[in-house]
Amino acid sequence: MIKPHGNTLINKELPNTEKERILGEIDEFFSKKVNPQTSKVIKNISFGVFSPLEGFMDSNNYQYVLKEMYLENNVAWPFPIVLDATEEETKAFGIDDNIILMNEKGTPLAIMNISDIYNFDKKEFAQTIYGTLDRNHPGVESVYNLKEKLIGGEIFLLNEPASIFPNLDLKPMETRVLFKQKKWDKVVAFQTRNPPHLGHEYIQKAGLTYVDGLFINPVIGKKKVGDFKDEVIIESYQALINEYYPKDRVVLSTFETEMRYAGPKEAIFHAIARKNYGCDHIIIGRDHAGVGNYYGPYDAHDIFDKFPDLGIEPIKFRSFSKCSKCDTVVNDKICPHPPEMQNYFAGREIRDALQAGKPPSLEVMRPEVAEVILRYENPFVE
Amino acid sequence: MNEDEHKVEYTTVSIPKPLADKVKERMKGTGFSSVSSYVTYVLRQVLSSIESEEKSKQAFTKDEEDKVKQRLRDLGYID
Repeated sequence: MIKPHGNTLINKELPNTEKERILGEIDEFFSKKVNPQTSKVIKNISFGVFSPLEGFMDSNNYQYVLKEMYLENNVAWPFPIVLDATEEETKAFGIDDNIILMNEKGTPLAIMNISDIYNFDKKEFAQTIYGTLDRNHPGVESVYNLKEKLIGGEIFLLNEPASIFPNLDLKPMETRVLFKQKKWDKVVAFQTRNPPHLGHEYIQKAGLTYVDGLFINPVIGKKKVGDFKDEVIIESYQALINEYYPKDRVVLSTFETEMRYAGPKEAIFHAIARKNYGCDHIIIGRDHAGVGNYYGPYDAHDIFDKFPDLGIEPIKFRSFSKCSKCDTVVNDKICPHPPEMQNYFAGREIRDALQAGKPPSLEVMRPEVAEVILRYENPFVE
Repeated sequence: MNEDEHKVEYTTVSIPKPLADKVKERMKGTGFSSVSSYVTYVLRQVLSSIESEEKSKQAFTKDEEDKVKQRLRDLGYID
């Protein structure tokens, strides 16, 4: 099985005795509340989804990642994973202090040993990572909403943040044991933030044809208005797998993280996380993790050429469609027929049908999937 | 912190010309655009491998693996 990114699967859980000691002395530490997105980052670092990261980036790693897309320890990493803080907060602690990171309800999540407190340039951050300063880009807006300072340092988990779908929340150590148990040597990952249409099914099954197992790993967490709700995505996939997939060849599990819509850079990030889960291939489609027209349709394909050392292999799919002449799902490499014979699985058309309370055409979406989505009065994030 | 302290600086390293020629030959079809980027990649690989070997530890013990299997059974992922 593929090695984790950086060769070591990070585990930042503390032994129980140490955890209890810290929790018993909790009032002696400065504490800082973090938002639900940061709680997910803490969880992902702690259980190795973000291996080799062991905490929030210090200024050296922040700059290396911005400028080089590599960490200081020579491992590829596409964008900064940072913890912001107000000027006021940073006056309360200093380098080498231990602080408690708590969720919004006040539950201690992790203890962090501060190794750096630094200023950063939001414009540089946004422009370098997202290629734009347009605040209509949700990732850019998130950067501008960060507080004025960043703090770096290693973290250790005190309490695991709650899962949205606990029965589908597998950690890298668990997926690695699962794949081994299933005797899957080669595993292809599929990243998604949408319910599946027939085009998705086509590329997943095409990918699966060449490996032992398919890891369907929807992103669960903060998304933009108009995206499908998490529960819609999960239930529609369960319906599809139940009716149309060989169950011994597919695993459905969630990846709790926010979408950053960083296009090609996020494709690299998605690949790294799936490598840590034990996948050696990842399907990269058209405009992966894109939003609006900020990235070219195949930028997320091309960026992998710059990372021959990534370890996980992208399986690159171009746009796919249902060809009326071939009477099957095709892509532009394998079908000679003109555009007027192609039904391109246009997201807009699928949405329009669903919003009107009608199932999309059988050429586009399985009826069982449409039925799940139509059970929801509003399947979209508001 | 001064902004200059954040800049990733570059330096020049000399390698024998025949070696550079071999690297150029080896680079063909790899996606690398220059000898410098290929040599940087090779050095990163070497350093990363040495560092991870130094740091290497067992990912999980037999006991941990058994606990994971039990959880996977409880969740219905394995029989």
